[in-house]
Amino acid sequence: MTQHDISTPVTEAQVRAWRVNDTVTLNGTLYGIRDATLIHLFDRGRTTRFDLRDHAVIHTAPNVRKMEKSPANPTGYAPLCVGTTTSARMERFTRPLMTQYGVRIIIGKGGMMSESLTAFAELGGVYLAVVGGAAALETTWVESIEDVDLDDLHPESLWKFRVRNFGPLLVAMDSHGGSVYQTVSRMAAEKRAVALAALGIKK
Amino acid sequence: MNVDIREVEEAARQLYIRALKILPDDIKRGFTVLQERETQAIARSVLGTMVKNIQVAEQTDNLLCQDTGIPIYNVYIGRHVVLDGVELAAAIRRGCARATREHSLRSSVVHPLTRANENTSCGSGIPHIQFQFTDHPDELVIQMIPKGSGSENNSWLKMAIPADGVEAIKTFVVDCVIEAGGKTCPPTIVGVGVGGTADLCVHLAKQAAVRPLGSRCEDPHGARLETELSGAVNKLGVGPQGLGGDATAFAVHVELAATHITMNPVAVNMQCHSARRASATFTPAGIKYGF
Repeated sequence: MTQHDISTPVTEAQVRAWRVNDTVTLNGTLYGIRDATLIHLFDRGRTTRFDLRDHAVIHTAPNVRKMEKSPANPTGYAPLCVGTTTSARMERFTRPLMTQYGVRIIIGKGGMMSESLTAFAELGGVYLAVVGGAAALETTWVESIEDVDLDDLHPESLWKFRVRNFGPLLVAMDSHGGSVYQTVSRMAAEKRAVALAALGIKK
Repeated sequence: MNVDIREVEEAARQLYIRALKILPDDIKRGFTVLQERETQAIARSVLGTMVKNIQVAEQTDNLLCQDTGIPIYNVYIGRHVVLDGVELAAAIRRGCARATREHSLRSSVVHPLTRANENTSCGSGIPHIQFQFTDHPDELVIQMIPKGSGSENNSWLKMAIPADGVEAIKTFVVDCVIEAGGKTCPPTIVGVGVGGTADLCVHLAKQAAVRPLGSRCEDPHGARLETELSGAVNKLGVGPQGLGGDATAFAVHVELAATHITMNPVAVNMQCHSARRASATFTPAGIKYGF
């Protein structure tokens, strides 16, 4: 249960040292991705000019306000509300994100499944859990939108955020086969009989 | 009672923004109850973050959650209310689009096949506007629900058969909560529809999911089922965000309708912990905003 304060990008050795139930707070660059971004990158042959190698990505699509470009808002977008979406829908993209783009950290909510867990172990990656639905708080950790790519997919563009004290986030899946979600799911399956018995169902 | 259609448009605009920013009091009280009961350290920390977020949203006048949801407007029309329904629906639609444009809300609504986003939170059949009639003579109520997709993506219908009995209903609800895990942003309100036709059953589940905490099913058998299921799903240990803990659901709500002699349908629709709703009540005295 160690707290890690880090700046992105990270190294493989760094993320391999993290274990389930550790916490991580990020500083620096954080990339925002989502369903359409990933579908276009991996199913439709699109590419990005961003270098995601050894970086962190978050499953998001923010609320932004369009405004005049300025040093504070170089893209012409100000972040209004930046939160996190359910990760499970994007399960099949974890491996290509890591093999083709070198991503090390995936941030999301609700957890990912066994394919992602295997990819984290083989390639050196982790999944960090944000508290979903706590976007007003999460927005206070975002300093600015530094850049945006694939913006024809707006709001599911590829966002480049600058973040400060982003966290603490829970290491919920690590590179050693540890997954809080698998543990909880196994426990829930075991407790199913107790719950059904309380409802008068004998099986 | 006559209703000014411009006021309806303005209310539809304000309701969307208000719902996204201020959580109803019954949900806030629900968090307090869950916090008092929670025994797991990580779960307590997650619940604490959720409560802090409610405060930050109010202090910074920000949205509680980034998901602006699928906009739903429920319109309750009293007996002496005189209005043009077509105009009313159009005004609600305009108000919804204006909220999106004027506040700058993320439009979460796309064409289901082309996936094109008009950036208005509107599209074919959306906002989803439902009309119901009430016994109150001079009252029109418009309720707005921005339904988040994390919870909506976990919706189920089972056409069980009479021989499976009530046991099939109970088992189905427990299994849905296990399958949903953390994907629905627990703690949730688990909405259960029982009976009716297939479509009515799903509709009832949604009505149950968005009912205020503390309200009960009017049917005594349904109310008893709510109590039993609320206890049972909180024995599963799914916990807030699916990270383990006692607080899996604020409550299980049940709504029911009569069904066919050959049928035993059950549906589940969940509401996430950001259980947002807002309402505007039009009376001869003016417009009052609430939940």
